[in-house]
Amino acid sequence: MTATATETGASPRPADKNPTDQRPRDVLRSIVESNGLVVLLAIFTALVVGAILVVLSDAAVQDASGYFFSRPADTLSAAWSAISEAYIAMFQGSIYNVKADTFGSGIRPLTNTLTYSSPLIFAGLGLGIGFRAGLFNIGAQGQVILGAIMAGYIGFAMHLPVGIHLALAIIGAIFGGALWGFIPGLLKATTGAHEVIVTIMLNYVALYGISWLLSLKSFQVPGSGNPKSPAVDSTAQWPHLFGDSYTLNWGFVVALAAAVGVWWLMERSTLGFRFRAVGANPAAATKSGMNVKLTYILVMVVAGGLAGLAGGSQVVGTEKSLTVGVAGSIGFDAITVALLGRSRPAGIVAAGILFGGLRAAGPTLQAQAGLPIDIVLVIQSVIVLFIAAPPLVRFLFRLPEPRHPKEVTA
Amino acid sequence: MKLELRGITKKFGDFVANDNIDLTVEPGTVHALLGENGAGKSTLMNVLFGLYDADGGEILVDDNVVHFAGPGDAMRAGIGMVHQHFMLIHPFTVAENVMLGHENLKSNGLLDLAAARDRVREISDRFGFHVDPDALVEDLSVGAQQRVEIIKALSRDANVLILDEPTAVLTPQETDELLEIVRQLRDSGTSIVLITHKLREVQAVADTITVIRLGKVVGTAQPTASQVELATLMVGRDVSMTVDKSGANPGDVALSVAGLSAIDEIGLTTLDDVSFDVRRGEILAIAGVQGNGQTELAEVILGAIAASAGSVTLDGEQLLGKSIKDVLSEGVGYVPEDRTADGVVSSFTIENNLVLDLLHEPRFSNRGSLNIAQIEANAVQKIAEFDVRTTSAKATAGSLSGGNQQKVVLARELSRPLKLLIASQPTRGLDVGSIEFVHKRIIAERDGGAAVLIVSSELDEVVALADRIAVMYHGKIVGIVPPDTDRKELGLMMAGAHREDVA
Repeated sequence: MTATATETGASPRPADKNPTDQRPRDVLRSIVESNGLVVLLAIFTALVVGAILVVLSDAAVQDASGYFFSRPADTLSAAWSAISEAYIAMFQGSIYNVKADTFGSGIRPLTNTLTYSSPLIFAGLGLGIGFRAGLFNIGAQGQVILGAIMAGYIGFAMHLPVGIHLALAIIGAIFGGALWGFIPGLLKATTGAHEVIVTIMLNYVALYGISWLLSLKSFQVPGSGNPKSPAVDSTAQWPHLFGDSYTLNWGFVVALAAAVGVWWLMERSTLGFRFRAVGANPAAATKSGMNVKLTYILVMVVAGGLAGLAGGSQVVGTEKSLTVGVAGSIGFDAITVALLGRSRPAGIVAAGILFGGLRAAGPTLQAQAGLPIDIVLVIQSVIVLFIAAPPLVRFLFRLPEPRHPKEVTA
Repeated sequence: MKLELRGITKKFGDFVANDNIDLTVEPGTVHALLGENGAGKSTLMNVLFGLYDADGGEILVDDNVVHFAGPGDAMRAGIGMVHQHFMLIHPFTVAENVMLGHENLKSNGLLDLAAARDRVREISDRFGFHVDPDALVEDLSVGAQQRVEIIKALSRDANVLILDEPTAVLTPQETDELLEIVRQLRDSGTSIVLITHKLREVQAVADTITVIRLGKVVGTAQPTASQVELATLMVGRDVSMTVDKSGANPGDVALSVAGLSAIDEIGLTTLDDVSFDVRRGEILAIAGVQGNGQTELAEVILGAIAASAGSVTLDGEQLLGKSIKDVLSEGVGYVPEDRTADGVVSSFTIENNLVLDLLHEPRFSNRGSLNIAQIEANAVQKIAEFDVRTTSAKATAGSLSGGNQQKVVLARELSRPLKLLIASQPTRGLDVGSIEFVHKRIIAERDGGAAVLIVSSELDEVVALADRIAVMYHGKIVGIVPPDTDRKELGLMMAGAHREDVA
């Protein structure tokens, strides 16, 4: 019983010396430590909001609502059919196509989902490590691009034997991303530059950097002049997992292996212990003899390496050549994936697959239900919104406040 | 004004912070509310002040039942509260702080600062507070800031004044002044509720004493009751009020600090030519009012902040310039003054906190991989040895009470052979039972041959533990004296009066 009571008798906390550094850290912590139920309810709420948007944008519903007061049932049934059509399309586009003749082609949407999820898992793992170490790394996008450039260049410019070529491309991708993580880590450790600002700026450097590279003759298909690199050699590509009729490749397996590796790193290694201690309480970590600055650099290097792997994997698995848009929005979507997965590897894998599914469902949603692809973005964004504001979800679903024993005063 | 609480019950989830508490404050008396930290004193006062809703019971003012929806209601009913952490705005003047929240306007809609100034002057003169209404609060001493809080309450016509641990931040002299103010207020008809766990103050000033333990009233006592009687009532078992220790058996000099100086980020001198030695098997206690360089001294020795001059050697080895990790591995144990900020990682489990600075030891890790089994076994053993009250070793450190958190820190720091133990405010905010335990362990460490450096602003603690006392004031050591030095003299030294070295 006494264990739940905490003294308020302590002194004013000298930790307040640094209030500007404290607030983002608190936000991070509340996200990282958010409750699984809140996450599920946030996804559910986002789907409901998505349904409302579907209804509002549906032509049949708009027609029927014109005479809502004489025949309200028409509006309601139109709304219902719009919603069910949209979510059926979503299911068919991301998991299983029931209209297909064979199981083999019916399952294709699921393999697409997993293909889309691989880079999100890689980059999400990297971001999750950063979040747990108290670093708000917004720079995954730039790190992804650097990884893509390295893997792409090694893939098309070098010609090496099977195995070695792929391995070198992947190592190059890790190295490129790690370099792009090292820079903000080093600047934070030595000058105190805030990682959010530095990483955002480095995203631009990477984006315009790849545009510039692709304007060089050495990065273009000979004689074309288009900002597109030659195709990556087949020796540097991820082999397909289930034959060439499916896009799913070994990148997904490696992503799962990376998740296990990150779990070991964070939960079982002394380095991960240090990462977590620095993230949870840098002052106590310092006083325990941990080198907090060096830790920041290492965290950014590991996080950048994983994001680079995402970019490399995308190039040698899916895109197979370098373009300006090769990274898509992987680096930004991965932020959501990491938050949604509460920065834990298993959660990130699940969230990555969810987002891969949303991505895979986009085209079907457009073709089959006639809905704009943007609805997927809205659903993604609403999920983040609700996860960032757990009290809102608790209010909506009348959940009790979590008990903070600390608030029990003497 | 007569204030009565009847059957007040307040729960937080399953935790009953106040269990059917009755309390009557007669007009013009000093009523001491005595209890350990975590006993439920502050919760009770927060209920009274309208900050918490009670789950049961009622509040009566002059025999009429009242309901307070917030502090505003309580203030209007004539109840004032001086919080342990002052609620003052530092860049504002005294008068501005006093008027804050119930500002009077002049006919032209502007603030009537002159009226507020007059009110401050009037109250200040009436009780001899010597507070200038135009002084900036940030320029005032802690004792003066507390008087501003009292003026704030009185300016709102408080008939009952609640003082929450008012002496925690005061020097002995300031404490005496405050107790004198309390007597004056009582004589002028104001009732005082004094929340404290310090027996000496209770005896000095209280008319009635109510003792609370684990959320219940366990008894009332007269101020004539002895300290041992009060402490026994408060803790629920017999406690020794003195620290049992044999005389020191000092060996060679272990820690030697010479000419040590430090400046902070804005260029102010925090340590000014500090020199002292601590021998093996000896406890040197640094006494002083908080903020006179003691914190910096401990942190410079640890390597957390840089020195600007001087040297710190441990067994002849220079510590300055070493990283914290290297200092710790030289055999230095460090108990920080703010355990929640610097001592534990609240969101980590107890077992992880118990190895926070021990991970490099081969028993806890092997080639970068944590030895989970050893970490778990270590936790079970330490929890038993240090009597950490917890449901599980997997509970987070943040779920522990302050005393148990401190036991975790101590257990960790004492798990390796130490040449030097630095403990800052080792028992701050702890209950009597935990204090006894922590003191015993510190003395055991001394008797085991370590040099011990204690930093404490509790004079009782300094006197009880120290083999020698060094008093710090404004970053300087004003003198090193034996532990049987008169308290009055120590108090004067803590206020900056010099005294020749006698040690």
